[in-house]
Amino acid sequence: MNTQRKLAILADAAKYDASCASSGTRSRNSVGGRGIGSTEGSGICHSYAPDGRCISLLKILLTNFCQYDCLYCVNRVTSNVPRARFTVDEVVQLTLDFYRRNCIEGLFLSSGIIQSPDYTMEQVVEVARVLREVHDFRGYIHLKTIPEASPELLQKAGRYADRLSINVELPTVQGLETLAPEKDGAAIRRSMARLRVHIDDAKDAQREAAKTRVMSMPQASARRAPAPVFAPAGQSTQMIVGADATDDRTILSASAQLYGAYRLRRVYYSAFSPIPDASSSLPLAAPPMVREHRLYQADWLMRFYGFAHDEIVPAAADGSTGMLSLDVDPKLAWALAHRERFPVDLDTAPREMLLRVPGLGVKAVERLLVARRVRRVRSDDLARLHVPLKKVLPFVQLVDHRPGRALDAGDLASRFRAAPVQASLFST
Amino acid sequence: MATQTVTLAGDTDWPGFRSEARALLARQVPPEEVVWHTRASAAGDLFASLETQRPVVGHGSASAVVPPAFVRLCETVVLHADPARFGMLYRLLWRLVHEPGLRYDPLDAERVRVQHMAQAVRREMHKMKAFVRFRPIAQGDGLPPLHVAWFDPEHHIVEAVAPFFVRRFTQMHWAILTPQRSARWFPSDDGIEDLAGGRLDIGPGARREDAPPADAGEALWLTYYEHIFNPARLKLAMMQKEMPRRYWQNLPEAALISPLAAEAMARSGRMIDAAPTAPARRIVPLQPMTASAHHEPGTSGVDALSADPADALGQLKRATNRCRECPIGEHATQSVFGEGPIGAVLMVVGEQPGDQEDLRGRPFVGPAGQLFDRAIADLGWPRDALYVTNAVKHFKYELRGKRRIHKTPTQREAAACLHWLESEMAQVRPRAVLALGATAARSVLGRPVAVMQERGQWQTGPRGEQVLVALHPSALLRGDPAQRDEAYAAWLEDLSKATSLVQGEVHEAVPR
Ligand code: SF4
Repeated sequence: MNTQRKLAILADAAKYDASCASSGTRSRNSVGGRGIGSTEGSGICHSYAPDGRCISLLKILLTNFCQYDCLYCVNRVTSNVPRARFTVDEVVQLTLDFYRRNCIEGLFLSSGIIQSPDYTMEQVVEVARVLREVHDFRGYIHLKTIPEASPELLQKAGRYADRLSINVELPTVQGLETLAPEKDGAAIRRSMARLRVHIDDAKDAQREAAKTRVMSMPQASARRAPAPVFAPAGQSTQMIVGADATDDRTILSASAQLYGAYRLRRVYYSAFSPIPDASSSLPLAAPPMVREHRLYQADWLMRFYGFAHDEIVPAAADGSTGMLSLDVDPKLAWALAHRERFPVDLDTAPREMLLRVPGLGVKAVERLLVARRVRRVRSDDLARLHVPLKKVLPFVQLVDHRPGRALDAGDLASRFRAAPVQASLFST
Repeated sequence: MATQTVTLAGDTDWPGFRSEARALLARQVPPEEVVWHTRASAAGDLFASLETQRPVVGHGSASAVVPPAFVRLCETVVLHADPARFGMLYRLLWRLVHEPGLRYDPLDAERVRVQHMAQAVRREMHKMKAFVRFRPIAQGDGLPPLHVAWFDPEHHIVEAVAPFFVRRFTQMHWAILTPQRSARWFPSDDGIEDLAGGRLDIGPGARREDAPPADAGEALWLTYYEHIFNPARLKLAMMQKEMPRRYWQNLPEAALISPLAAEAMARSGRMIDAAPTAPARRIVPLQPMTASAHHEPGTSGVDALSADPADALGQLKRATNRCRECPIGEHATQSVFGEGPIGAVLMVVGEQPGDQEDLRGRPFVGPAGQLFDRAIADLGWPRDALYVTNAVKHFKYELRGKRRIHKTPTQREAAACLHWLESEMAQVRPRAVLALGATAARSVLGRPVAVMQERGQWQTGPRGEQVLVALHPSALLRGDPAQRDEAYAAWLEDLSKATSLVQGEVHEAVPR
């Protein structure tokens, strides 16, 4: 099988993974090196697929042969998809070639599990090692680690990779037990814990190293052995949404636990998507794309807006379905459900409350905070901030604007609902 | 009415603008009276400035002091294609000097407008980094290939972005051609080095035809693009927001967008309709990694413990890991079992694992554990005489923002967990027990314990064992910092009651 055909099969096999970011790592460049590559903190999306998703890394599987039988996965042992396996060198050459063309920021390598978790992990790590050590590649590398692989292999992976990830796949342990019988939720958590410990330890070591200044003899190189680096861009995970009946409240709670326990940089939510040759055990419906989008928005509220996971979706005890509203975004939904907290006075409200105003982003809030030190905010100013006025105004009070009774209006919620809810599957 | 005409050396003549603006400001020329031009065909030295031809205001001139952020803003906005940019910047500069309040007002209309221009420039710079596509041309004679790209930026950003490509492709010979300028990088081959071991030339513009056409290698990239797209998720509007059509002519993969989109609906429809098939091949699946994934709550005890205490402890450890007899187990990473020698002189019982213990799977490794280590070092206790464990085996916490805050286990939870500690004690058979804190003391002594009253005295446990009660180290960590030294000394005093025991002398004074 030629490389082109393998690439087709192994990119196909990787397209269901939602992770894409290539950011958050230490900055590096190829000055003074033998190879190519640089990273400057924030990653670059070099292209976009027609599904709207960013292409920043060459995202492929080393092989889509797999001995596990996870029902939601196109590569499970009982699926009839065509199979292929790259050699280490093929992946290395593809990465370097695409990188030289400036098509990618680096590599995101994952793999089906063959022979044993350790054997598979070794191959994945070998690709990264050859890129780094043989070709002095200084671009971004994201490796998907296999939770059951040995701690030594994780340790090695962390030396070469910018980011490591382990997919939790399903939000609950029960879900995993049902749909992915070979996967062990507890082992996944232990691996994440191990990664966090390594990442923290490497950061501590670096802080220590930075503190001790190097005294060097004249002429002698002022270089000291660099502090160990371990996955400087941290770890992330992916959760498949909609393959089982877990509600959004449970999903967000699972994410909050993961952020809190393992300091994940990102949890990616991937709407369960129809896969070729699907298992008869899973009902195949259109992927809940709007739901996925709402989960990302809710996730943002937790990470950047000070929302606790359990206030975003009301508890079932409060008559809630446990699901995020599909027709309004979660922040607006929260505001509509907590009208007693509004209107917010933009001249006096604390930062935390400004962040809860629908339509005000973190940047807008920062600017408002600076501006209001010298004067009072007017509606013109808001307009210039390019915030969605229709959304913001009913919830705020300004020198020249009072929402008055707008907040009491029974139809307030419906005013925000977009015209008929789009058909999510083929929305464009 | 304009009384001054200033001509800058080129579209990106930031130094020229800066010195001109300073000079104008020093002469109190208001913005309405200045007309700004650039020399249209600035093919020569792009960085030539008119600095030498005009009086330059020295740094002492208080009137020209502007925030550094404004200087950076100007550097960016100068690259904008709008011919009015110099006038706008000068007016803003004038206002900054004459209206002291302006610098504190990020919502001023003119400031906001200029900010947006800067944003547009930064965005275009970012898109250039993203959408430049190199194609290799063989140079023969054993030379490495020359990588050439065509790009058509909206703003004057080529010089500003070129260093990015130098840093990324230092060892590559490359050229980026645009209609206004081209940048060419020679990696240290001709001895003329001015930057990162090579030479960057900025030259005149080029034509699209000067860049090479598609090559065979690009086919691989197209294959990748075609296959990484998930047809069940077609979202063209989202794609176009990030990758506007304007850039498509430069991106080989863009030609695939329409056909892929057209096919997508049919493809995913077929997927949904297709009946599931029976697996045609069979690889022997791996054994599940856990022998234990399924169990009933309440049955996680171990039936047949090994006769060897070390093995038995291993069995107990694995069993606690699966234990869900109380709600704590579910949210922890792993159970944390005791560590130390069988037959230890002293078994140290803490409350429950904390954040670090939960992550590392070992007892007493977090801040409280470190304080305990310090104490035993101060007391001269040999660490290997101790068996260290906790009354409750899983970490109980509450999420606060992104932090896990320790929560004291309830009596019911501690009671549910007690049988594990008892089994552990039965295997380790310590000479005596040190219970740290109320939860541990209650578990070991089988009754509520007022730690402040009973600390530092030997007690007798329900099975006749000697038990010494002391504060938990985390109580000291939480305590009043002013009294920390005092509290530590008192704590050492309490612990020291076990010193003779730990150091090998038989302890006689068991209170009855
Ligand atoms: S804390 Fe104890 S009783 Fe509760 S689940 Fe863990 S081992 Fe079982």
